[in-house]
Amino acid sequence: MQNLVAGLRYLVNNIGLVAGLFVEHLRLAAIALAISLLIAIPLGWLISRVRWLRGPVLGVLGVIYTIPSLSLFVLLIPVLGLGPRTAIVALIAYAQLVLVRNVLVGLAGIEPSVIEAARGMGMNGWQRFSRVEFPLALPLILAGTRVATLSIIGIGTIAAFINGGGLGRLLFEGVSTGNRGKIVAGSIAITILALGANAILRAIERRSARAVLGPE
Amino acid sequence: MSAIVVENLTKQFPREPRPAVDHVSFEVDEGAFVVLLGPSGCGKTTLLKMINRLYEPTDGRLLVGGVDARSVPATELRRRIGYAIQQTGLFPHMRIEQNIAVVPRLLGWDRPRIDVRIDELLDLVGLPRAYRARYPRQLSGGEQQRVGLARALAADPAIMLMDEPFGAIDAITRARLQDELAGIQRQLRKTILFVTHDVEEALRLADKIIIMREGTIVQYDTPLGIITRPRDTFVQQLVGTEDMLRRLSLIKVVDALAAQASGNGVPALAIGGTPGLATIGPDDDLRSALSHLLRSGADSLAVVDGEGATIGRVSFEDMRVAAAERAVGI
Repeated sequence: MQNLVAGLRYLVNNIGLVAGLFVEHLRLAAIALAISLLIAIPLGWLISRVRWLRGPVLGVLGVIYTIPSLSLFVLLIPVLGLGPRTAIVALIAYAQLVLVRNVLVGLAGIEPSVIEAARGMGMNGWQRFSRVEFPLALPLILAGTRVATLSIIGIGTIAAFINGGGLGRLLFEGVSTGNRGKIVAGSIAITILALGANAILRAIERRSARAVLGPE
Repeated sequence: MSAIVVENLTKQFPREPRPAVDHVSFEVDEGAFVVLLGPSGCGKTTLLKMINRLYEPTDGRLLVGGVDARSVPATELRRRIGYAIQQTGLFPHMRIEQNIAVVPRLLGWDRPRIDVRIDELLDLVGLPRAYRARYPRQLSGGEQQRVGLARALAADPAIMLMDEPFGAIDAITRARLQDELAGIQRQLRKTILFVTHDVEEALRLADKIIIMREGTIVQYDTPLGIITRPRDTFVQQLVGTEDMLRRLSLIKVVDALAAQASGNGVPALAIGGTPGLATIGPDDDLRSALSHLLRSGADSLAVVDGEGATIGRVSFEDMRVAAAERAVGI
């Protein structure tokens, strides 16, 4: 209770700083997510087509996923140096397993007769993907996106450790200076960010599922 | 002119001991309804899918509408050929109108033309126009198959390929859809290649039937020809040529009347029976005539044409003669 009060007091007194870090964190997560999707969708599509690639690709992504997040950030420093860029690369690497797997399941789960009809009516590969396969896989892709977003926001706090910015700064600085209010304020801000993202993405997910399954 | 010409068409799938379709040749006349009939695994679906190049032939030649199928891009060829399949393959995320509009949109039709066409097609397949805004999920199996048919017909293709379109539908709905398809075919004169393993369906719909076995054509003939002159015991057993009711179902009342006129039949006299019930149309088949006859209790049926004029009578004796005769013409 005492901590919570301290946290709220810190929040009120430093609202400008916290808001700035909030936006920074959001930007970090958004960039990481956008690039993650740009990689995961083609990769998921590829392994939905080329069956023998599924094992190796998911295997490698699984290994990356099991590396403890702090180690992954630190491991990247010798290669990419300190700063937000390194943080974004690490976040992207983390998000791949969930995203690629969901893209794969979404695409592979489409009724074969639907694909056959699309081919039989004369759609080319791109038309088939953009008009049929992608829309039908979308609910699952969005479900994966939501889970990936939440882990990106959460793991994104570690970005501050390698000078990547974001709300993690409040946590690390709070710990090193023994400022409990700062730690609690940072936690509250991250929680709000995660809950907000979750609510928005869930709404989009529901809407897309309705579009695919029809009303009712 | 032949709408489809197939010469030595062969499909050998990798790692299969024998070709799925083995040097098959046949022609389909423009406006003909041809049914590919055979047990599962006989290659009928593979053959059908080579026509719109969903499968590329290993060997042989294929002319569609007089043009070598390989001289045009596969997607372009497919947009010119209607395609309907058993599971309908309707796109669940699209409304009925969007499903029907797929090929016209691929062909770049403008919006008003597509709009008009959607209404026309819904009327044609007997669905209310209010269904435009529904999703496939909201329709029954039979209704979905009607949408599948409308979608295949959307860009008015000269040729339609249908792969067991009524296979997953209950018997009553199937019979109704078969009748309506036959009606649509009479109206639009499409060239239809239709795959089924259902003998009744084949006999009911086909102008000509191609019977397949192990990748080759065993017999290509009219339904009556197949029933009365089966090539071998395989055809006999597959089609059930000894089934007299089936044979009667392929002979029209009007043909039995013709047989009487040529002296083969015995002129029938009407004795007793329930008036009104004891009539039949000239285009009905002898199987329904027999059924009417048994139900009415009469000895013969008055054959009444569309205008209500009695043009003759058919009796049990006529049916016996027709069933026994091998060459009652069609």
